[in-house]
Amino acid sequence: MSRDIGDVILDVNNISLRFGGVKALSDISFDVREHEIRAIIGPNGAGKSSMLNCINGVYTPQQGQITFRGQTFSHMDSHQVAVMGVARTFQNLALFKGMSVLDNIMTGRNLRMKSNLFMQAIRLGPAEREEIAHRKRVEEIIDFLEIQPYRKTPVGQLPYGLQKRVDLGRALALEPQVLLLDEPMAGMNVEEKQDMCRFILDVNDEFGTTVVLIEHDMGVVMDISDRVVVLDYGKKIGDGTPDEVRNNPEVISAYLGTGH
Amino acid sequence: MAFFLETLLGGLMAGMLYSLVALGFVLIFKASGVFNFAQGAMVLFAALAMARFAEWVPAATGLQSMLLVNLIAFALAAGVMFIVAWLIERMVLRHLVNQEATTLLMATLGITYFLEGLGQTLFGSDIYKIDIGMPKEPVMAFESVFEGGILINQEDLIAALIAACLVALLSLFFQKTSTGRALRAVADDHQAAQSIGIPLNRIWVIVWCVAGVVALVAGMIWGSKLGVQFSLATVALRALPVVILGGLTSVPGAIIGGLIIGVGEKLSEVFLGPYVGGGIEIWFAYVLALLFLLVRPQGLFGEKIIDRV
Repeated sequence: MSRDIGDVILDVNNISLRFGGVKALSDISFDVREHEIRAIIGPNGAGKSSMLNCINGVYTPQQGQITFRGQTFSHMDSHQVAVMGVARTFQNLALFKGMSVLDNIMTGRNLRMKSNLFMQAIRLGPAEREEIAHRKRVEEIIDFLEIQPYRKTPVGQLPYGLQKRVDLGRALALEPQVLLLDEPMAGMNVEEKQDMCRFILDVNDEFGTTVVLIEHDMGVVMDISDRVVVLDYGKKIGDGTPDEVRNNPEVISAYLGTGH
Repeated sequence: MAFFLETLLGGLMAGMLYSLVALGFVLIFKASGVFNFAQGAMVLFAALAMARFAEWVPAATGLQSMLLVNLIAFALAAGVMFIVAWLIERMVLRHLVNQEATTLLMATLGITYFLEGLGQTLFGSDIYKIDIGMPKEPVMAFESVFEGGILINQEDLIAALIAACLVALLSLFFQKTSTGRALRAVADDHQAAQSIGIPLNRIWVIVWCVAGVVALVAGMIWGSKLGVQFSLATVALRALPVVILGGLTSVPGAIIGGLIIGVGEKLSEVFLGPYVGGGIEIWFAYVLALLFLLVRPQGLFGEKIIDRV
């Protein structure tokens, strides 16, 4: 597969995050290049989700900076991050359960809606046209994720695998430059995992979206990632292509344990 | 038959008024998951503002037109409610993001006392009246259908119409606008809403503004019926059974809950009252709410809370 990986779009520098006495992350640095699929792996409690939450602005790290497209931040603001073009999905689904699939994905378009409240409420021309344009984009996403039959179903009633897709759809609706995926395949069966893999690869390929991915399933990670960061107990123990990481003795011992 | 219908209609219209107050509760709960104990205080505060502005505006400008004065007073009072909403978000809610629901409830309890005090400090603590020119005298209707016709209280009828319009507007707002969608999103999941760029703080200001306007409409109508006085704050207590009945998360629930309670109160008072010595009207709503809490705690239309483990 020949894809042109671009320059560094997201650069994480010396991030340390503590919760009281617990060191969730210590001195983590890595970069993400435009258009690549970058995986963060590690055993449970390694700090993978914390890392994502720092990038996403949910947590504020005590030390370190994050550079996104040349702008450096010591704290990312959740709202601002979304405006800048970073979207995410959640490990434990965080969908708007009472709302339909369509509405869930439409919320992802909110940032881009320009017409004001009153025009929307009475469906004035421009507002109507805008709604239709956004709706069209959302329909494309629905087609892309193959969830057409469930448009009007409240997401709370969908099976888990489909909910994960809606979560991805909502993030895609932002038309992000960087997509953060927190265990997109957790709890799925083989078939669902294959579907999800295909979607991630297609997003990366068709839209040119940069993907940062946390995943447990080593097979999946090794198959689809360009480069992999390995965390263990909040420290970075490996960084490189899947092959490099696979043969890294520290990584092997973190995953398989060392003989005592 | 005519008497039954008269009681029924009276109940429906009284119910509409309960719904108005209940709506305020539902709006804030729906959009932020906070049970706003201060809704009653907001009704009082808004009514006080409206009543006093209606006195001050003609005094300051010499305006004679009743309609114009009331419109200006309403706009000014709405402005005051916007400021209150903004201050509440800025000074209270902003510091309590992602806190327990109980913490937020206690905070609104504090807001209640603060608003009651502030309202009376700013606007005075006498009994004021709001006169929005609603006709007081009852009219006869259906004279051709029933012998003697049915007496309808025009004031209640107009109040019910205003309430119905407000509900229609709110439904449009919640279902058709992107802000409405954002509000529902915030109610479902704070973190996910933030992750797609919905600004939590702005949403909260909007929702409290809307609740403020609903409180103002409720205060205006109740105030013009009963006079604007401290006891208006306790109107909220009567709306409490309504939201329990209708479900805390449902706008239509608030309306239908209000209607059921309004009708139930009146009918039971008139038809059952004589057997138990009367006074049913006072406790009917609460007993009904209690039964609902035992059998169907999410209310008639509320979302059932299912936690997946």
